[in-house]
Amino acid sequence: MTALLRNHWDWLLEQRWLLPVLVAIGFILAFAIPEYNLLNKYVQLVLMYVGINIILAVSLNLVNGYMGEFSLAHAGFMAVGAYTAALLTMKVLPIAAYPGLFPLAVLAGGLAAALLGLLVAIPSFKVRGDYLAIITLAFLMIVKSVIENIDFIGGPRGIPGIKKLTTLPWVFFWVVVSIWMVRNFVYSKYGRGVLSIREDEIASDLMSVNTRRVKFLAFMTSSFFAGIAGGLFAHLLQFISPRVFDIIKTTDILIMVYLGGIASITGSILGATLYTVMLEVLRPSTVAGLLSWLPDMVFNPLNEYFIRHLGVWRMVIMPLLLVLVMLYWPRGIMGLREFRGFIPRRDREAHHVLKIPKSGEMP
Amino acid sequence: MSDGIVYWLQQILNALQLGSIYALIALGYTMVYGILTMINFAHGDVFMIGAFFCFMAATMLGLPFAPTLLLTILGTALLGVVIERLAYKPLRNAPRVSAIITALGVGLFLENFTLALAPYPKHIPPLLENVTWDLGGVSLSSLQVIIICLSLGLMIVLDYVVHRTPVGMAMRAISWDKTFVPLMGIPVNLIISITFAIGAGLAGAAGTMYALAYPVIDPYMGIMVGWKAFISAVVGGIGNIRGAMIGAFILGGVEIMVTAFFPSTYRDFVAFSLLMLLIMIRPYGILGQPRTQKV
Amino acid sequence: MTTLLEAAKVRHFFGGLCAVGDFNLDLQAGQLMGIIGPNGAGKTTIFNLITGVYRASEGNIRFNGTELVGKTPHQITALRIGRTFQNIRLFRDLSVLDNVRIAHYAQANYSPLEALFHIGRYRREEERIIENSQRLLSIFKLEALAGETARNLPYGMQRRLEIARALAIGPELLLLDEPAAGMNPNEIDQLMEFILWIRQEFKLTILLIEHQMKLVMGICERIKVLDFGETLAEGPPEAIQNDPKVLEAYLGEGPVG
Repeated sequence: MTALLRNHWDWLLEQRWLLPVLVAIGFILAFAIPEYNLLNKYVQLVLMYVGINIILAVSLNLVNGYMGEFSLAHAGFMAVGAYTAALLTMKVLPIAAYPGLFPLAVLAGGLAAALLGLLVAIPSFKVRGDYLAIITLAFLMIVKSVIENIDFIGGPRGIPGIKKLTTLPWVFFWVVVSIWMVRNFVYSKYGRGVLSIREDEIASDLMSVNTRRVKFLAFMTSSFFAGIAGGLFAHLLQFISPRVFDIIKTTDILIMVYLGGIASITGSILGATLYTVMLEVLRPSTVAGLLSWLPDMVFNPLNEYFIRHLGVWRMVIMPLLLVLVMLYWPRGIMGLREFRGFIPRRDREAHHVLKIPKSGEMP
Repeated sequence: MSDGIVYWLQQILNALQLGSIYALIALGYTMVYGILTMINFAHGDVFMIGAFFCFMAATMLGLPFAPTLLLTILGTALLGVVIERLAYKPLRNAPRVSAIITALGVGLFLENFTLALAPYPKHIPPLLENVTWDLGGVSLSSLQVIIICLSLGLMIVLDYVVHRTPVGMAMRAISWDKTFVPLMGIPVNLIISITFAIGAGLAGAAGTMYALAYPVIDPYMGIMVGWKAFISAVVGGIGNIRGAMIGAFILGGVEIMVTAFFPSTYRDFVAFSLLMLLIMIRPYGILGQPRTQKV
Repeated sequence: MTTLLEAAKVRHFFGGLCAVGDFNLDLQAGQLMGIIGPNGAGKTTIFNLITGVYRASEGNIRFNGTELVGKTPHQITALRIGRTFQNIRLFRDLSVLDNVRIAHYAQANYSPLEALFHIGRYRREEERIIENSQRLLSIFKLEALAGETARNLPYGMQRRLEIARALAIGPELLLLDEPAAGMNPNEIDQLMEFILWIRQEFKLTILLIEHQMKLVMGICERIKVLDFGETLAEGPPEAIQNDPKVLEAYLGEGPVG
């Protein structure tokens, strides 16, 4: 029976139509869920946060997982994207008349973040490892500090009253785009360059890889999608301030990446989903709701002692889970492994199907 | 004395106070890095726990200053050893980054665990009678004197331990070479535990003094102070004990001076820009040695 | 015959320390030259100077008439100079195939945008790279292990993979840094045969560093004896074997057989 299932599964994965069909179904659902209220508003909101976190984790994985650096700047890129997009929709673009301009604002946020990503790539030519980590940390603090000191954009008070333009279809769209582009990047000569830099930078340079160019591209792509996520985030939360994008935000994204697994898109999707959903599920109201079917005799004492205090303790449980995952899977749940469906067919086959007549004439 | 000089002396005094606290914490980062090449991101939170131990000893047990300080140091030292044994030791041969993430996890755990038990900021009762002297316009408080002298004293003791005792020699040996030193009969695990105990103990001392100087404490106080101390360690050359002290006083000085000349909101901007610049110019810190990779 | 690689008065210092004193080289196209010398004679440093890992403090290095001093390693490599390392430096956590594919970086002719969208030249170029990589692996009898992680290969295969990777650059000049390190006499015999064969098959000029006299004397047409980067002697193996200066300084006393 399992063998049969396995065969079907293998067959399914080999189909060219699989991913397009899944994406199409996803889009239909993304439109249908808010339209017909298939899920309640709260679950819809959580879904959108899951999506935004997937974009953040997948893009950070490019630098921290595939390239093996330890960037702490991701929340900074996110801030740049969020502020750019929010200022555009509030002060520049006539959004009220043309709500269709929203994706342009988000895109502009991504591009602004990518530009700053270029700037962070420059130190990475010279500095590696722990020291680069500190430069990215310094960069994050500088971004935060600059925003705090510009009155025009609200300074430390931030920007309230941003329009709620982020919708489930838009989040889904950008999730698909980010996964697709990061995957395309990884399975190209530049992506292999990124991997070789992680393994041995000097050897990589000596195998003709233009390491500077590769680093530029990796940082740019990574920060671009952080900016996109920032734009979406701003128009979902409807309020941004420098404090939203501090080191704690970066830590959240780091946890998603390393929990899910380094150098794995599947891992980042898994990590972002698990982390976001777990934090929500562990809310007292959610747990109470989930367990409300229990008889009062059991439910009431549970609620009395456990569920009511869960709000605080869930933040204690999550880091403990993270430490446990690290102890048992030091590279994260999916570390260095990938769901077959994400690997381009050409790449998969190249590893076991010989495309050329066998020669083997070595003495 | 002229107003200018008075002002400067006052600022230098403030810088020394801030720098001493950074230095005590920075030492823990740098010692652990030296011996395990691992950034112990939970260290700032050990400092925070130190402040809370101080609070508990002072309020629940009603102890005076000296026993409070001693208990806090012992408590955090024990905490440091336990963290290392439970969370870091199993990862010693794992990829370096898993240990860093674990450290972040331990830090978050400590913060949130404290938050769960102490949801509101706590006030530390004044453990010492604070006398302020007026030295020709410069005001010097007894608290400042105690913080600076005690910190310097602890640093001198540490420097002596690391450079002049067998334990210190073993520490330096392990940080120098991790392959062969264990073969020389040096008990590596014990030395690592001692390193963590000393580092965490110093952070506990820093927590106590910080709590005395700024008596409102909360579970998130360790994050920013921890990062700043970490930066001090890097500025001085991470892994280098004297470098960490120098780096801490530089950072303390820069921060105080920036606040003296600019609006205080510029403090982080200037401090971190300088840090970035320094790392670009001298990536291995002020006292660190450049590491060349053999090809 | 034409000169392929030429070094003139190359000097290199580490700090104040002179690692390479006055290095001169004239390597003809198609030649197989060996460099020998005591430990610390600056042999690997010479390779690092040629490939741009270090920038020579003084002097010129020319490859096919192009000045190499001042160029970065990947620029130099892209001029078709391949190399291996004394202690194997494979991309250990990547697959055998990817190790070889990475070395095609400079030849893969497509832009970042084409890579991000998998359009344009991407498809054709990737297919070409895969074919060429598979061809190399199959020549080196590694094709069945294409999907294996490089670190899992036995030592001998890792050495072979490193050479395959260097050849993926499409080199005119191949630099081999102690290819026989860690091999027994039997394996060295095979290696000698193998080096001669790849030289023929890929039309290579080869410069190699080696401690194993058997290999150097057996296959090199010219041998250069180095001490602190300076040439102590140079010539065909027979001449080197009988050169009194060499015997004294390096080979010890008595003839070598």
